[in-house]
Amino acid sequence: MYQILSRVAMDLRYTEQEQTFRAELRAWLADVLPSVAPEPHRDDWKNRRVWDTGWQRMLFDAGYAGINWPKEYGGRGATPTEHLIFLEETERMRAPYVGMNFVGLLHAGPTLVAEASTEQKAHHLPSILKGDHVWCQGFSEPNAGSDLASLQCRAIRDGDDYVITGQKIWTSFAHIADYCEMLVRTDTEVPKHRGITWLILPMDAKGMDIRPLRTMEGSTEFCEVFFDEVRVPVANRVGDENDGWRVAMVTLSFERGTAFVSEMLQSMELVRDLADLAKKVTRNGSAAWDDTGLRRDIAHLSGELDALWSLTKRNISEAQRTGFVGVGGNVFKLAYSELRQRLGELSLRLLDRASLSLDDVHELPTGKHVHGRIHALSIGIAAGTSQVQRNIVAERTLGLPKDR
Amino acid sequence: MDFWRTQDQEALQDGIRSFCQGRFPIESLQPIEATGGRLDRAAWRDLAGVGVFSLRHDGFSITDSALVFEELGRALIPGPLTATYLAATHLRTVLEGADSGERIVGLAQVAEPVTMAEHLLDLDSLLILQGDSIAVVDPNSVPTQVVERPLDPLTPVHVMLSATGGEIVATGDVVRQWCREGAVLTAAMQVGASFAAIDLAVEYAKGREQFGRPIGAFQAVKHMAADMLVKAEVARAATYAAAVNLDGNGDDDLDRAVSVAKMLAGDAALFCGKIGIQIHGGMGFTWEVNAQRYWKRAVVLDTHYGNSEMHADALAGSM
Ligand SMILES: Cc1cc2nc3c(=O)[nH]c(=O)nc-3n(C[C@H](O)[C@H](O)[C@H](O)COP(=O)(O)OP(=O)(O)OC[C@H]3O[C@@H](n4cnc5c(N)ncnc54)[C@H](O)[C@@H]3O)c2cc1C
Repeated sequence: MYQILSRVAMDLRYTEQEQTFRAELRAWLADVLPSVAPEPHRDDWKNRRVWDTGWQRMLFDAGYAGINWPKEYGGRGATPTEHLIFLEETERMRAPYVGMNFVGLLHAGPTLVAEASTEQKAHHLPSILKGDHVWCQGFSEPNAGSDLASLQCRAIRDGDDYVITGQKIWTSFAHIADYCEMLVRTDTEVPKHRGITWLILPMDAKGMDIRPLRTMEGSTEFCEVFFDEVRVPVANRVGDENDGWRVAMVTLSFERGTAFVSEMLQSMELVRDLADLAKKVTRNGSAAWDDTGLRRDIAHLSGELDALWSLTKRNISEAQRTGFVGVGGNVFKLAYSELRQRLGELSLRLLDRASLSLDDVHELPTGKHVHGRIHALSIGIAAGTSQVQRNIVAERTLGLPKDR
Repeated sequence: MDFWRTQDQEALQDGIRSFCQGRFPIESLQPIEATGGRLDRAAWRDLAGVGVFSLRHDGFSITDSALVFEELGRALIPGPLTATYLAATHLRTVLEGADSGERIVGLAQVAEPVTMAEHLLDLDSLLILQGDSIAVVDPNSVPTQVVERPLDPLTPVHVMLSATGGEIVATGDVVRQWCREGAVLTAAMQVGASFAAIDLAVEYAKGREQFGRPIGAFQAVKHMAADMLVKAEVARAATYAAAVNLDGNGDDDLDRAVSVAKMLAGDAALFCGKIGIQIHGGMGFTWEVNAQRYWKRAVVLDTHYGNSEMHADALAGSM
């Protein structure tokens, strides 16, 4: 027979300490949010930067910047659960989202924390936390997307500099960033993963050409970046030469299951909003909401989002226990991408002709649903396509043979 | 029973396809977007010149028309194609010049939650479809509000603030037939757009390499492409069947056949649009690449003559 070893059980309730954290955060948000200006238009880059970084500064001054970063580097040293609570509360109270501070706070910053030299940390970490510097991520290239390790952008050592020639693509916010976390090819003779180096690139370096790319929605959030003999000091290298792949992968484990929390809470809001809209819109003389099929589809989405919220809590608890998220992270992204496609399809069908406008029509709050539908088309592509995610699940978790 | 294109039909369809490739090459779409989706009257007259709007008076059947409209959909030709065709077919005397391309006719169906008119600025006549009557109004006289950023930049839209008035030009059976034909021709365009999205995705999957081989060599990509084809072929069968029935060469219930076609063609076009983007990876999400144009047009066409769900409701209602 099994023996009960302790009274500890799985528990969805928050500890007293976590509840105090939440209450204090809530009070602070209630206090400061009224003074935050309305969100600038999606393509008003100048003001978006001011808005995003201004919010970051407010977080910093209140001690909430870098919530999950270690205390010694200016972060709050919060647990993953507290990070979750932070994301939940800020989203529920409609505080600004991390926005263009995303790469700095959640990707480049944590990489620097783990791998950078003392001088590099001292120089960059405080400015990320204060919102002084915006970072972007220059990993993908035209010929290195899913197969990121095959990247070709070349860096050749010349004295105290690396001289970079090549191209990056899909670099979100490159046109407004101050720094870029960049992967370059420093050795072409070795297997692809072993000849990559991680560099800090100042975005005002000479020899760069940054060209915004238009998304299918017509906005310019990502760019192509061309490098023609761009000089970056060797002192900007993080980790050893040719050890950049490992450095980049270290960061992925930092993410610890929280990357999609805000998005997912927004999705819950979208679903609730869709239900409200269905009660207002009429079809065949009665409210669309009277349609059992539609109601059931909306209920499905709503229930699935609850389940994904539970999955998120599991992933975060796993990270808290073991330090990293296992297959749950891939499962989350796969289920979430598919769910968002269905949510988008459903909302367009409900909006019918109103879906032909990207903006609200006739005081009906339709714009966010149309934008949400288009955004959903990118979730299964960005940060690892759904096909690649499935390969990872099948090969790494299920142990099926590789087909490559 | 012989449910396969005749030689004449093959020649007709191939002819229209090469006309579209020459006169409306896919590269010509981006410049049109830059104009706010304005129609080019000379191009419209050329469409009329090859007989697109006068097919029925020239002795062609609804099935022949569906084959032609499949090609128009494949080429993503913008403009009120079905409305002008139907006006030339059913309102020849009232709306003179629709068949010759001199009169561009649009149609707005009164709908919930909003009624929208497409291509309003280029219309010579606007038809308003409400219940089982069609009225004609002067497009300049109706109170409207422009949509600043249309989902499909090739389909500019205006919200109609009022959709009443005008002279009633068709009622009853004519309107019912109009709607059936409109749904089937729209379904044909959706089928054409689906196949074009497949062609583009397949071409990309053959050329794009990752991990040292064409992405089309990965089964995940092959299966996505095959699924697109399955949807499109099933929808094509349903669409041709509806057209053949409308021509009187079948014994199926007409409304049922039409709803099956519109429902499946709508689903196929949206599916092929979406998966076409996915196969293109990040490229699929860019303005430059045409993958997203097929998806956007699929969204627009789904709202014509009843979306997929409405036709499913109609089918349920008849069961
Ligand atoms: C909105 C958005 C923002 C982005 N932001 C950034 C950014 O800031 N910085 C950055 O560096 N990158 C960014 N990216 C790039 C993103 O990481 C890549 O688009 C993604 O990794 C896919 O690469 P790809 O576009 O080259 O597609 P490809 O790799 O060419 O994929 C094309 C198709 O092939 C499939 N495929 C590829 N390999 C396999 C395989 N082995 N098995 C099965 N199927 C396969 C894919 O699933 C896809 O359907 C962004 C992308 C988007 C859409």
